Amino acid sequence: MLTVSNLHAAAAGREILRGIDLSISAGEVHAIMGPNGSGKSTLARVLAGHPEYQVTAGEVRFECVDLLAMDPESRARAGVFMAFQYPVEIPGVSNAYFLKAALNALRASRGQEELDAIEFMTLVRDRMAQLGIDEALLTRPVNDGFSGGEKKRNEIFQMTMLEPRLAILDETDSGLDIDALKIVAQGVNAMRRSDRAFLLVTHYQRLLNYIVPDVVHVLADGRIVRSGGKELAFELEEKGYGWLEAQVGG
Amino acid sequence: MAHALDAFAAERERAARTWDRAGANDVARTSEDAWSRFLSMGFPTTREEEWRFTSVEPIAEGAFTLGAPPTAVSRDLDVDPLRVPGAAAELVFVNGWYVASLSKRGTLPGGAQVESLASALTDRAGRVRTHLARVAPFDRKPFVALNVALFADGAWIELPAGAVMTQPIHLLFLSTGQADGRPMMAHPHVVMNFGENGQACVVETFAGLAGARYFTNVVTEIVLGENVILEHYRLQFEGPDAYHVGTVHVQAHRGAAYASHSVSLGGALVRNDLTAVLNGEGVECTLNGLYASDGDRLVDNHTTIDHARPHCGSREIYKGILAGRARGVFNGKIIVRPDAQKTDAKQTNRALLLSEDARINTKPQLEILANDVKCTHGAAVGQLDEEALFYLRSRGLSRDAARRLLIEAFAIDVLNRMPLDPVRAAVEARLQRQLAIALPSAA
Repeated sequence: MLTVSNLHAAAAGREILRGIDLSISAGEVHAIMGPNGSGKSTLARVLAGHPEYQVTAGEVRFECVDLLAMDPESRARAGVFMAFQYPVEIPGVSNAYFLKAALNALRASRGQEELDAIEFMTLVRDRMAQLGIDEALLTRPVNDGFSGGEKKRNEIFQMTMLEPRLAILDETDSGLDIDALKIVAQGVNAMRRSDRAFLLVTHYQRLLNYIVPDVVHVLADGRIVRSGGKELAFELEEKGYGWLEAQVGG
Repeated sequence: MAHALDAFAAERERAARTWDRAGANDVARTSEDAWSRFLSMGFPTTREEEWRFTSVEPIAEGAFTLGAPPTAVSRDLDVDPLRVPGAAAELVFVNGWYVASLSKRGTLPGGAQVESLASALTDRAGRVRTHLARVAPFDRKPFVALNVALFADGAWIELPAGAVMTQPIHLLFLSTGQADGRPMMAHPHVVMNFGENGQACVVETFAGLAGARYFTNVVTEIVLGENVILEHYRLQFEGPDAYHVGTVHVQAHRGAAYASHSVSLGGALVRNDLTAVLNGEGVECTLNGLYASDGDRLVDNHTTIDHARPHCGSREIYKGILAGRARGVFNGKIIVRPDAQKTDAKQTNRALLLSEDARINTKPQLEILANDVKCTHGAAVGQLDEEALFYLRSRGLSRDAARRLLIEAFAIDVLNRMPLDPVRAAVEARLQRQLAIALPSAA
C-alpha cells in the first residue's frame, strides 16, 4: 500500500530524514519508535504533505501513485489521514461544520453524493457512541479550549468518520492518561481491516500494549536502524534508546 | 482645489433654491451657515491627523452633480434582495430622494413618525428644526457641513416615550450613478429621536449599481432618551467604484443602551465616522464592526466613544479583512471625562491581511481623565494561520475552501453579535460572495 524509498527531507535547510525505506502492506499495523529528534514526526508530516518540509530525495508511492506530487487535500482524498501530534485549535468553526465539510469534500472527490443533515448526524452519533464522546462536542469550536486528551480523542473521532485507507498517528499517545489511551487504542483496533493500514509514531512502548503492531521500526538520526516484530518494542522499553544511538554512532 | 470647490458651489446654488422655494427659511439659513463653514474648512487633507491615511481628493475633484428627484426608477436597480423582511416600515431613497412607490409602511405604534425628512419639514417643521443639525457638529466636520449644505431629503424617525417596536425600521439608500453624463452625489440626512423607555431597531442600508462612480455623504443624528434601547445596523454595500462618507452621531441619555452594527463591504473610498456620547449615568454602548475590502479600495473606520458621565460601559469590537492591495484604517478613540468615574470600556480591533500588499493602519486612542476606571484595548494584525490551513487541507478541504472557512471563522464573533437574523444572514451571504471573488486574486 505504501512504499517509501530513500526518502530525504529537510526543514529550514536542515536535513532531518536521511534515507528512509519503509514498506507497509494493506491490513498491517506498523509502529515507528525512536528518541526525540530522530525524525519520527517529520516522517509523519512529510507523508501528510506539510508545506514546512522539502523532500530533497527519494520517492513515496501510495497505492502505486506518487504521493509526494500530491497536495495535502489530494492525499486526504486518496485516503491518507494523519492524527496530529498537536491538533490545531480553530475558534469560530464548529466540529460539526468542519467534519461535514471534510467528509463531503472526500465524498465529492470519489463521485459520491454529499450526505444530508440526517445521514450525517446518524453517522456522527454512531461513531461518537463507539468512542464514548459526548454530543456537546459537535457544537464546540474545533479543539478550542480542549484538554490535551480531548484533542487526541477528537483526532481519533475524525479518523473514524473519514475512514482512511492509511492512518498515520503522530504521537497520539503522548500525554494521555491510561483511560484516554485505552479509548484511542479501542478506536484504532475497531478500525483494523484487511484493506486498511496504520502507521503509529510513538515514543513509548506503552501504546503497543493496546494496539499490537505487525512490524516495529526504530528510527534514529533520520534513518531506520532496526525493524522487527512486536518484541522489538519490549527490547527498547527495557534497554532505552541509548544503545541504538551508540550503534549508529559506531 | 479652488476649481473643485466651484463644482460644489454650483450644486450648492441648486440646493439652496430648493429650500427657498419650499419657504423653509430656518432650514435655508442653517444650510447657508453650513455652507459657509464648509467653505472656510474646505475638504480635509492628509496633513490633518484625523485624515492622515485617507485622501479625499477623488471626492473633492469628482465634479459630482445632485441630479433630480427620480421620475422613473431604473430597472437595473434590484431592490427586493436588499429589503429587510418583516420591517415595520421601509423607506427607500434613490439618489438621495424618497421614493414612495418603492417604500412600504406597516403598523407603527401610536404617535410614531417614520417618514421622509422633506415631508416632515413640511408637516411638522417646528419639531424637526429643533433636532436637525443639532447633534452632528457641522461647525467642526467638513463632511457634515457639506451634507447640511447640500441635503435634499433623508429620514425622520420619532418615537414617543414608551413606544416599543419589535419589528425593524429600514432605511434603504440606493444610487444609480450618473445624471447628464456626470457622476451623481447624494447627501441624505437622517434624524432619529427616541422618547424615554422606548425600544427600536433601525437598519440603514447603502447600495448602488456596480460599475457606477458616485458619492454618498450621509449624516445620521440619533438622540436616545432615558432607558431607550436601540439596535442600529449600518450596512454599507455600495458599488465597488463608489465613494462613501458616513457620519453617525449619537447622544445617549441615562440608562440608554445603544448597539451599533457597522458593516462595510462596498465602496472604493469609504470613511465611516461614528461618535457616541454617553451623556447620562448607566449608558451601555456596544460598537460592533466588520469590514472587508479588496482590489485598490480603501475603508476607514473612525470611532469615538465619549464617556461623559459615571458608570457607563462600552464594548467595541471591529474586525477587518483586507485582500489584494486594499487599505484599511481603524482609529478608535475612547474619551473618559474627569467626571466619568467607574467607566468600564473595552476595545478590540483585529485585521486579517490576505495578501502581501494589503495594509492596515490601526490606532487605539485613549484619553482618560478620570482615575477610577477600567479601560482595556487590544489590536492585532495577522495573516491566516498556516498550521490551521494545513490541518483543514489534511482533512480533504481544498486550499480555497480552507481559506474561506478560516476567514469566516475570523468574522463569526462579530456576526454572532447581530441579533437580527435576516440581516445577519444577508451580511454573511454577501461576505461569502465577496470572498469568493476576492480570494483568487489574494491567493
